[in-house]
Amino acid sequence: MSTATSSFLSVRDLKVHFPTADGIVKATDGLSFDLEKGKTLGIVGESGSGKSVSSSAILGLHRGSSAQISGEILLDGVDLLQVSDEEMRRRRGLDVSMIFQDPLSAMHPYYTVGNQLMEAYRVHNNVSKKAARVRAIEMLERVGIPQPDRRVDDYPHQFSGGMRQRAMIAMGLINNPGLLIADEPTTALDVTVQAQILDLLQDLQREFDSAIIIITHDLGVVAEMADDVLVMYAGKAVEYGPTKDILVRPEMPYTWGLLSSVPDVAADTSSKLVPIPGNPPSLLNPPTGCAFHPRCPHVAKVPGDLCRTVQPDLVTGRQGLGHLKRCHLADPDTVYANEVLPEFDPVLADELADELTAADSNEKGLQ
Amino acid sequence: MTTDELTDRGAGSALTEAKPILRVEDLKMYFPVKSSGLMRRTIGHVQAVDGVSFQVNAGASLGLVGESGCGKSTTGRLITRLYKPTGGSIDFDGRDIAKLSENDLHPLRRDVQMIFQDPYTSLNPRHTVGSIIGAPLAIHKVVPKNKILSRVQELLEVVGLNPEHYNRYPHEFSGGQRQRIGIARALTLQPKLLVADEPVSALDVSIQAQVINLLQDLQKEFGIAFLFIAHDLAVVRHFCPEIAVMYLGKIVEIADRDTLYQRPHHPYTQALLSAVPDVKQAKVGGRRERIRLEGDVPSPINPPSGCRFRTRCPIAQDICARVEPPLLQVGPTHKVACHFPGEMGKHPEKPITPRLLGVDDSGSADLAAGPATELPTGPGYSDTWFDLKNNTMGKA
Ligand SMILES: Nc1ncnc2c1ncn2[C@@H]1O[C@H](COP(=O)(O)OP(=O)(O)OP(=O)(O)O)[C@@H](O)[C@H]1O
Ligand SMILES: Nc1ncnc2c1ncn2[C@@H]1O[C@H](COP(=O)(O)OP(=O)(O)O)[C@@H](O)[C@H]1O
Ligand code: SF4
Ligand code: SF4
Ligand SMILES: [Mg+2]
Ligand SMILES: [Mg+2]
Repeated sequence: MSTATSSFLSVRDLKVHFPTADGIVKATDGLSFDLEKGKTLGIVGESGSGKSVSSSAILGLHRGSSAQISGEILLDGVDLLQVSDEEMRRRRGLDVSMIFQDPLSAMHPYYTVGNQLMEAYRVHNNVSKKAARVRAIEMLERVGIPQPDRRVDDYPHQFSGGMRQRAMIAMGLINNPGLLIADEPTTALDVTVQAQILDLLQDLQREFDSAIIIITHDLGVVAEMADDVLVMYAGKAVEYGPTKDILVRPEMPYTWGLLSSVPDVAADTSSKLVPIPGNPPSLLNPPTGCAFHPRCPHVAKVPGDLCRTVQPDLVTGRQGLGHLKRCHLADPDTVYANEVLPEFDPVLADELADELTAADSNEKGLQ
Repeated sequence: MTTDELTDRGAGSALTEAKPILRVEDLKMYFPVKSSGLMRRTIGHVQAVDGVSFQVNAGASLGLVGESGCGKSTTGRLITRLYKPTGGSIDFDGRDIAKLSENDLHPLRRDVQMIFQDPYTSLNPRHTVGSIIGAPLAIHKVVPKNKILSRVQELLEVVGLNPEHYNRYPHEFSGGQRQRIGIARALTLQPKLLVADEPVSALDVSIQAQVINLLQDLQKEFGIAFLFIAHDLAVVRHFCPEIAVMYLGKIVEIADRDTLYQRPHHPYTQALLSAVPDVKQAKVGGRRERIRLEGDVPSPINPPSGCRFRTRCPIAQDICARVEPPLLQVGPTHKVACHFPGEMGKHPEKPITPRLLGVDDSGSADLAAGPATELPTGPGYSDTWFDLKNNTMGKA
């Protein structure tokens, strides 16, 4: 992360509100983040936390709907919220493109895969059909479709799930966009196919130096793909920073909950999973104070009634260096090391406790 | 003796000594493929399940994993007899239920229940939660009519829902709550075996843990046996002491959980496990070393000859295309179907199976090799197995 002005993508205080019959749904409510070329940001959170709404806003997909949008989305210094509809259409697919969760619904069933790739290319490049076809085949080959010169004439339903996802990636990348948004690109896929797709995204990123936003609920995918992580809850960032800091020493109880509720392929099988109690909040009537407080097991550690009454700001955590968190807890490290981690990963807990004591005595030594 | 071996023994004896409630042998399900047009002739078969054998002990859990389309759900639906098998036997509680008619199945329906993947479509939207959960009680006349409501409320409480909500409709509940309703319905008749087909994969991660813990508590409390189907390898490992890996309609490896996850011997199991993204990788950064499988799963209509995994297997040789590897027991509670079984990076250079199958190392029939050995193909484990160190059949 770096200062706002020099970033390739800089999102500032983004709000996407939907007026509905029941009131205003604040799907995205004051989101800020930065992303450099060649880097990957992972966005995680439960369904309904606003991940897709936020990223669709970057593509200008809410234009023409009733959505109320404010803030800034600066791509290479240009505010995408201020450009004309025509300009946004021009940039979509050229500067920014998106890979959707469900390739069947995002690809047109009545046109061949090749025709859709050629169309995506010809919208932005003044070339002959023949040249576009060559480019389409080249892209299919690039994403690992066997016999691309023959498969180019297949319809989407003739592809397997993994092949459709790869064809979508080919379509997203056919114009070498600077920013690629992948919304749950592998959620519907098997692990072996998922590994192939993630490999592919990384190879292509290296080749084209693109910036990637990957939206997922799989923290393993984030750990292996992302440079930075943004954890969303009820339309807001609740923790944000370098992947290693966030996943190894998280400081916010919701992030703890995400980590402790999924089993690990190597964890002790006799330890119980620690679920996050309750259900995700309604965005029509989000809870007062900290939106996570109705589900948070640590409310009692915060003095007074702060969790219920005052919304915590997104502030620098104890590790500094751009690790931001939104929580009132005064000493999250200790709580995490002594209470949370031992419940789901005793080995890691011991390691972290040692690290903390070492750091502690260092500090004392310096004083 | 290392602790590894100690836990092995422990897991092993639990797996070999308990009493099976379900024994499945050579189970097959072939779906006809029809031509388009008026005549709708049968032009082939999808070999969705092609000769699987396994057993589930009373009160135990067997996990079933594998890629999409490998036949997991079909296996589950055969056992609950939602499908009639093309071949093989399903021995439930001492009785073969594979060929029973719908009428004769009626009493069995009490003992074997299924939890479905999708909590949104598996509940009838026009019925209240009370009538959904109470229906089996009425159909099987288990309790008098005036007792049904109190039993329904008890069940709602067991699965952690508000007993006062029996009058509500499914759409008034969240995904996780709906999955609990499905579980309550499956529990109504106190089944001996529950087939859980991807019971948590449609749920948010935070809710998944709630449902997994609930299923574990129920299993302990009521001694229910589980066939637990899922594609999430970590979830299956957490839930099941024994796990079977399927590929294109066949079991390729089955073992106790420690053996399968720490010392898998089949190249497919190894690839599958290495593909799981790991949160712990955050500490190191970057991608984990993994085996990269090329291509897609072949069609189950025309599966490859010999070993079905050979088109993607990194170590395949000639014999793999010619002869199908038998599911061979190679440890106290470990079976694997591969001509070159071994730990990752330590696969034997020569196939281990030729002498057992009466072929030479390239898989051609070989008179000098002598007749094929009669190999056990049934479910469960025997107390003799093929010793990979000495390449002979041995005993513990
Ligand atoms: N009713 C049916 N008619 C024809 N083919 C079928 C039928 N049901 C399943 N199949 C085929 O049988 C094979 C196995 O399907 P099954 O549903 O058992 O897979 P699965 O392992 O449960 O996969 P997933 O992980 O995607 O749920 C697939 O090739 C599928 O297309
Ligand atoms: N067009 C819309 N009108 C009203 N509410 C919407 C609309 N689109 C999304 N929402 C709501 O915004 C919230 C965030 O949605 P989304 O970004 O899709 O979540 P996710 O994090 O799962 O991607 C949800 O509560 C959703 O119901
Ligand atoms: S602010 Fe309070 S309720 Fe919110 S996460 Fe922190 S401790 Fe929990
Ligand atoms: S039998 Fe051959 S193709 Fe099949 S898994 Fe073993 S080595 Fe690979
Ligand atoms: Mg979404
Ligand atoms: Mg299935």
